[in-house]
Amino acid sequence: MADVLTYVLHFQGAFNKNSLGAVSEGAARAQEIGGQCHAVVVGGEDLSDELCSSLGAYGATRVFRAAGLEGLAQPVIDVMAKVIDDHGHSYALFGGGLLGFEIGAGLAARKQAGVTMEVTQVRAENGKLVAERPILQDSKVSVSRYRGDLGIIIGRINAFETVTRDGGSAEVVDVDVDYSPWSNQATMVARGEQRGADVDIEGADILVAGGRGLGKPEGFELVEQLAAAFGGNTAVAATRAVVDAGWYPYAAQIGQTGKTVSPKLYLAAGISGAIQHKVGMQSSENIIAINKDANAPIFEFSDLGVVGDLNKILPRLADAIKAKKGG
Amino acid sequence: MKICVLVKEVPDAAVEKRIDPSTGRMDRSGEKNLNPYDTHAIEAAMQIREGGAVQVDEIVALTMGPESAMRALHKAVSLGADRSIHLTDPALAGSDVAATGYALSKALASEQPDLVLLGQQSDDGECYTIGAVVADHLQMPSLTQVIKMDVEDGALRCERQAEYGYDTVQVRLPAVISVGDAINEPRYPSLKAIMGARKKPLEQVAAGDVGIDPGLVGADGSRVQCGDFHDPPAKAPGQVIEDEDTSETVDKIVAWLEERKLI
Ligand SMILES: Cc1cc2nc3c(=O)[nH]c(=O)nc-3n(C[C@H](O)[C@H](O)[C@H](O)COP(=O)(O)OP(=O)(O)OC[C@H]3O[C@@H](n4cnc5c(N)ncnc54)[C@H](O)[C@@H]3O)c2cc1C
Ligand SMILES: Nc1ncnc2c1ncn2[C@@H]1O[C@H](COP(=O)(O)O)[C@@H](O)[C@H]1O
Repeated sequence: MADVLTYVLHFQGAFNKNSLGAVSEGAARAQEIGGQCHAVVVGGEDLSDELCSSLGAYGATRVFRAAGLEGLAQPVIDVMAKVIDDHGHSYALFGGGLLGFEIGAGLAARKQAGVTMEVTQVRAENGKLVAERPILQDSKVSVSRYRGDLGIIIGRINAFETVTRDGGSAEVVDVDVDYSPWSNQATMVARGEQRGADVDIEGADILVAGGRGLGKPEGFELVEQLAAAFGGNTAVAATRAVVDAGWYPYAAQIGQTGKTVSPKLYLAAGISGAIQHKVGMQSSENIIAINKDANAPIFEFSDLGVVGDLNKILPRLADAIKAKKGG
Repeated sequence: MKICVLVKEVPDAAVEKRIDPSTGRMDRSGEKNLNPYDTHAIEAAMQIREGGAVQVDEIVALTMGPESAMRALHKAVSLGADRSIHLTDPALAGSDVAATGYALSKALASEQPDLVLLGQQSDDGECYTIGAVVADHLQMPSLTQVIKMDVEDGALRCERQAEYGYDTVQVRLPAVISVGDAINEPRYPSLKAIMGARKKPLEQVAAGDVGIDPGLVGADGSRVQCGDFHDPPAKAPGQVIEDEDTSETVDKIVAWLEERKLI
């Protein structure tokens, strides 16, 4: 048997897009190695039969549903370990995101399995799955092959496309799990809190994004002035570093645990270009980066790189654009 | 309470990282340093101690790595750890993430910590997951990417950004927590602390000393084999402007934008 087990995260009654990508990917790859794709869901009442069986539309043939705490890794590890013990899956596949990393790694420990994270491509080779992972700031690609009964693949966010098929409905199976004592040591106090203003950036044609290089919260004034100079459908975006620091609202965050965007223009000021930021903006049509460090990774994937001090460049650029537009 | 902090020696940020074609492993020669993300974990331990909500009896730094990794431990104690442990053994070379986490968990188990802290990522490995592996072996709960941590009634109240916004999670000890770099501003070690670092106890342990099963570590014990290193699809390099004369630079940017009808 060469079945693939995926985990599907949900929040407020809706499945996570990257999890659905994992189901689609799992179904396609399982088929190539003669197996099926199953999914695990863990949560409360909102996991209705109807919702769970709808995963069939993405290619899952069976959904294992367990009652348990949502949004934490340990309970899911317990459930997946049990399902794998009972059914003997050959691979566990995750769609990226924070929880997928934690569950996949914990499951690897529990099942003495190999694990590869940040995977951008999975393919079948001689009846087995191999995983490709970019390493060293995406300058090389490494290929993982698995030994043993179970291989764990954690995708990079947005790596797996969500594919729907007609008329699919998955069988829903309830699983009873005795949670490990240490799974009960953690409880969710508040989940999915939005911090700061509720700004809408997803529909913007132009995004002017600021990072830690702005130096201080007030640095965002420079970014906002430039956005105002562009005018029209322009919005301001941010990195996690500055959102975590409280400089800018979470709703403006781009990246792995923020939004994925593809505007006509993405102008990044004082942003290093970490992979977790890149995954949220790399499909922008045009990317300009302003960074004082010529070796900043963002220059590897920008169309126009400007090596210089944003404090000098941003105000002058805003003036020049305003002048152009006025004239 | 006893806190163990996992630290790692990584190539200095200025060193270009590459795969050694003869071994298929990361070329770890050249200038090295303590993983910058781990300094936040040490600082977090120090702040728990100084916060006074709970008595911290000991902060112990632990690393797994070759001979040179000792320097990361010196740095860790100069930043506040009381003593350090160096898990080093040729049998461990080439361990994958799961094997590394297993080996570290064995060394931790003999210390019996109430709290294990680690960095959000290693600068070279970038797996973000050692904490989750270690935790499952130690049978402890684990959270990664924590950016706020308070001791409250013998438990930790942790905050972090997950897929839908900020989560607040209450974790009873013992636990394994990886901290994000937004959690604190690590202090600089004093000259005295740097000088004193070599005098603090540093214990070297081999795989057998902490009961590591040799069949589960090293290149042969690892369940993942990495290979076939190749270049990603080539992307046309972008244009680069060095800002020497800012008005010229701005003119060039504006021209570039106009050419693409972006203004
Ligand atoms: C699991 C996980 C999830 C994550 N999710 C996200 C996410 O969703 N979004 C995200 O953005 N990050 C995310 N991160 C964090 C990510 O790894 C980086 O730490 C973060 O993106 C860095 O933000 P930054 O570029 O603002 O800061 P830094 O990396 O500190 O970069 C600041 C840059 O500013 C430049 N600079 C400084 N001063 C100036 C100046 N005067 N002029 C010009 N340039 C200057 C510096 O050269 C530097 O390159 C995540 C990390 C992990 C591990
Ligand atoms: N060899 C090691 N020895 C000790 N700690 C490590 C080692 N490798 C990773 N870590 C810890 O695990 C964290 C995450 O690393 P990684 O999962 O490789 O990104 C690091 O910040 C360290 O705290």
